[in-house]
Amino acid sequence: MSRTPPFRLPRGGRLIDRAFQLGFRFDGRHLRGVQGDTLASALLANGQMLVGRSFKYHRPRGPLASGAEEPNALFGLGQGGRFEPNQRASTTALVAGMVLRSQNCWPSLDADVGAINNWLSPLLPAGFYYKTFIHPRPFWKHVFEPIIRRSAGLGRAPVDPDPDRYEQAYAFAEVVVVGGGIAGLTAARDAADKGGRVIVLEQNPVWGGRTPVDHDGGQAAIDALLADLRGRGNVTLRRNTMATGLYDHGYLLAREALADHDPNQGIPRQRLWRIRAGHVITATGALERPLSFACNDVPGVMLASAVRDFITDYGVAPGQRIVVVTNNDDAYRTALTAQAAGLEVVAVIDARPQASGDLPQAVRAANIPVMTGKAVAKVKGSHHVEGVALCDQAGNGRVTGTLDCDVVAMSGGWSPVVHLYSHCGGRITWDEPEAMFRPDPSRPPLGADGKAMVTVLGAANGDLRCAGDLERSEAPTMPVWVMPQNAPYRLRAKMWLDFQNDVKVSDVELAAREGYASVEHAKRYTTLGMATDQGKVSNINGLAVLSKALNQPLETTGTTTFRPPYTPLTLGTIAAEAKGDTFQPLRKTPIHAWHARNGASFEPVGHWRRPYSYPRAGEDRHDAVNREILAVRKSVGTLDASTLGKIIVKGPDAGRFLDMMYTNMMSTLPVGKCRYGLMCNENGFLMDDGVVARLSADTWLCHTTTGGADRIHGHMEDWLQCEWWDWQVYTANLTEQYAQIAVAGPKARELLQRLPGTIDLSQDALPFMQWAEGELAGIPARIYRISFSGELSYEIAVPAGRGLELWEKLHAEGRDLDITPYGTEAMHVMRAEKGFIMIGDETDGTVIPQDLGLHWAISKKKPDYIGKRAQARSFMKDGSRWQLVGLESLDGQVLPDGAYAVEPGVNANGQRKTQGRVTSSYHSPTLDRPIAMGLVRHGPARMGQELEFPLPSGEVMKARIVDPVFYDKEGTRLNG
Amino acid sequence: MAEALADIARVDGLGMVTIRAGLDRTGNTIAEAAGLAIPGQTRIVTDGSRSLGWMSPDELLLILPAAELDDAITTLTDALASEHALVADVSDARAVFDVTGPHAGDVIGKLMPVDLDDLPSDGLRRSRAAQTAAALWRIPGGFRLIGFRSTADYLRLVLENAAIPGSGLAPR
Repeated sequence: MSRTPPFRLPRGGRLIDRAFQLGFRFDGRHLRGVQGDTLASALLANGQMLVGRSFKYHRPRGPLASGAEEPNALFGLGQGGRFEPNQRASTTALVAGMVLRSQNCWPSLDADVGAINNWLSPLLPAGFYYKTFIHPRPFWKHVFEPIIRRSAGLGRAPVDPDPDRYEQAYAFAEVVVVGGGIAGLTAARDAADKGGRVIVLEQNPVWGGRTPVDHDGGQAAIDALLADLRGRGNVTLRRNTMATGLYDHGYLLAREALADHDPNQGIPRQRLWRIRAGHVITATGALERPLSFACNDVPGVMLASAVRDFITDYGVAPGQRIVVVTNNDDAYRTALTAQAAGLEVVAVIDARPQASGDLPQAVRAANIPVMTGKAVAKVKGSHHVEGVALCDQAGNGRVTGTLDCDVVAMSGGWSPVVHLYSHCGGRITWDEPEAMFRPDPSRPPLGADGKAMVTVLGAANGDLRCAGDLERSEAPTMPVWVMPQNAPYRLRAKMWLDFQNDVKVSDVELAAREGYASVEHAKRYTTLGMATDQGKVSNINGLAVLSKALNQPLETTGTTTFRPPYTPLTLGTIAAEAKGDTFQPLRKTPIHAWHARNGASFEPVGHWRRPYSYPRAGEDRHDAVNREILAVRKSVGTLDASTLGKIIVKGPDAGRFLDMMYTNMMSTLPVGKCRYGLMCNENGFLMDDGVVARLSADTWLCHTTTGGADRIHGHMEDWLQCEWWDWQVYTANLTEQYAQIAVAGPKARELLQRLPGTIDLSQDALPFMQWAEGELAGIPARIYRISFSGELSYEIAVPAGRGLELWEKLHAEGRDLDITPYGTEAMHVMRAEKGFIMIGDETDGTVIPQDLGLHWAISKKKPDYIGKRAQARSFMKDGSRWQLVGLESLDGQVLPDGAYAVEPGVNANGQRKTQGRVTSSYHSPTLDRPIAMGLVRHGPARMGQELEFPLPSGEVMKARIVDPVFYDKEGTRLNG
Repeated sequence: MAEALADIARVDGLGMVTIRAGLDRTGNTIAEAAGLAIPGQTRIVTDGSRSLGWMSPDELLLILPAAELDDAITTLTDALASEHALVADVSDARAVFDVTGPHAGDVIGKLMPVDLDDLPSDGLRRSRAAQTAAALWRIPGGFRLIGFRSTADYLRLVLENAAIPGSGLAPR
């Protein structure tokens, strides 16, 4: 029989307000709902039972459930940047003007070409893809997989950026209650009595869970609890908030929907709460299970609870003639609700041999036929339910009669929602009498005190009758995993377990036969429970079928792992403010604004942005680099070196400490002098370098690389706090206290001497590798005579707040000297011209100082330093390690950075053998030719030899091994 | 347009001094030199003008008007000359913001994993604001945050973003 109006009942609907009509569009059609509708109830109120197509066979699908567990009614919602796939109709509130698109169908929901798969379904069992597309091998990646991926998959990823705001917030409470039903609200009241802070989270916009729908007087009981809780200062009630994951130490994530329904308010659309709970109470209720009978996926077959929810909450008739199929008493409520709403209840089919509890008796008293020991052999109809064929539950499906109907309300019993409890390690146990997995009280998730950190209450704990005085007595549920009991293959191949992923009883049985005995393997082989609903309605039924096929108890089969999130989270909520300008904290030096004003092209260095170069009109970045280098070599340039790490190390044991930190001897450095130092990790590998200055008898200043500042400070504190806690040393990371400006070039001294100051900058007073302090241009300054460019060079440290002032004074004073700001790339090229190494170029975590010819910076006198022992190991002393050399390109081209030098033969993997690689490579404007450094086996002993570097293009570049110092080997330029 | 959840104002003109020393041994010396009592663990003491915050078992932070900075450093350095101690000017390394108004706590609650109910009137927390290091303590009408100078722009952006009108944390 076909579905007939009216679909909206004349009366009822506790959550809707019929006075407010809301228009929306579904696949281009204009429909109307009312205020308070969900998308699901609005569609049903328009007679739209067909809502989507299944994943694999493209079978027609209608709404199955009324809550977060809904597997079928998923839509593409919204437009442009606000388009979102897979939005659950059952939990999405209707908003005027909404635009819904059905998914996984083409050309339309009603006439879907992909449904051909349904006719081919006998050819597409579990594991079909794995078996069929295995040969020829390369076809999987390049042919089969792309096609399968395009034809499968629910929904489409949005292509435009999400325009909405999202945020996160932290909260703390002694007790957090998840679930605002009667169990949760009662628990919240009890917890609040103890005085601590209590937060109650409810996923729905309304409080009460199932109680107002299922029990006379239920709403009043909920209202009384809410009134009590609202009057307490220590209770926070937060609805529209889905607890998505529970982690160690009472860390709970929950997503609050703020403006899902009104994105133009300008407030954040969603908020992710990051809650620390002293104790968590989960009162998350239970999910109703479908029954596995043939064609249980035809639109119009719904969970019994959903049928009465649609009637009671939204005043919507899922159909006019309803058959209830059940293995428990609870589903009888649906028969009573439907009849009270004026709908015809054709019969209640109860698989149990007898049904004599309060509810079945009430149903009989209402003159609704109750047929016990019976089962549904098959649902009739293809696009919607037209009737059911009946049989004996104890038999093999021989049809004993038929009933016409347009809705089948099924109930296979209830499964406690144990997800949050399980996320953080709580174990569950199979409760045979109640036919459910429930929390095992002897194995809860433990907190730091060794006690349970989670208490599970109410239906979530398996206490399905938790509404106290409101409850009526109910007879036990009878486990029914296949209906009828001895259904033949023909029927089992039409019994859906996972509605979204199209997994049937026969698929799970096939997996068992093929040896997938582990539940985790069977899940992945069949895809049971792997869809967006994560198997909320399918898992237990699937496990039961698997257990039966393996002939073992359910307890032995166990469940798959419950993983967060409980329902999908929008990526925007996880990112929150971390997008656009606040994606990452960009670190800016005190001179940053000047760089930006003067055309700097920035590059990221850690979280810093540093000028790469300062292109002028008509220049690209590299033209600018070349100009900057020539200017420094010819006259004078300035580099913003403020990002360099500056760590003060002070104390009676500071010298001894630094002797351990560095490979060189720092304790003997005289006050007033500087020394270049190398720092290795315990494995001997070079991890940082920089100039150390001795400031006083017990104080040193250690410069680190830009990226190393925080890491090296942490490294020092690690050793001081954990290993040498009795050494008297204090450190302080003063990186950001100072702006540091390198003034380099033959005219550097001349420029600085033009500025008023108290520091004698002459060669005699301040020779190379010394420092002095005083005033420069009226600013307190410390000046280091150190050079990374090979030129006469001063690095001037001033308080950060005065860095820009000094920079601008230098540039004003040096105009006639053609003073040029230079960026990091000019610095890199100039240091390479001088053969200086760069951490991260010449080192990669596997390079020891000895590889780089830095033996001179490794003290032979010291008994120990971090890394010394490691450097004594055989393979570190092995003469065949790759060592630093210069590389001179033979054809005038710049070698690609990272290119490998090959040698004859192939390795075990059939790859060309290699003997070295390029670590730094540039065009040197100073020399007007390419320069490069690299690590080459026996390199320093092979001066003049030629190496071959094959490129991906097939071209082979050649280079000669040369000294790595390309420019001013004598160092005469250091003194100007 | 409704009002922002809180006023966010950058504060200039403060001097800051990091003091590292064994507080058991040098506490009295530091207290005398700084002019303030040594704060208890995770606390900050203030006389309205100067404040002294507990940063770690062997570290204090003195906050004072910039005009008093040089004298304070000299006084502290001289007082601790015979001790193993480190006194360093960190005034320029910091960015300071005041977040004030009736919903200032909501702004903090969106960015810092700090239990404000558990923060006493003289409490100091070293924590983070979104992705950058920050410490905070209470001031009349709200909170004072200190972060690093280099991420001051970021800190201002995330504070202002968290304070947008209509986004208070009260349940709705």
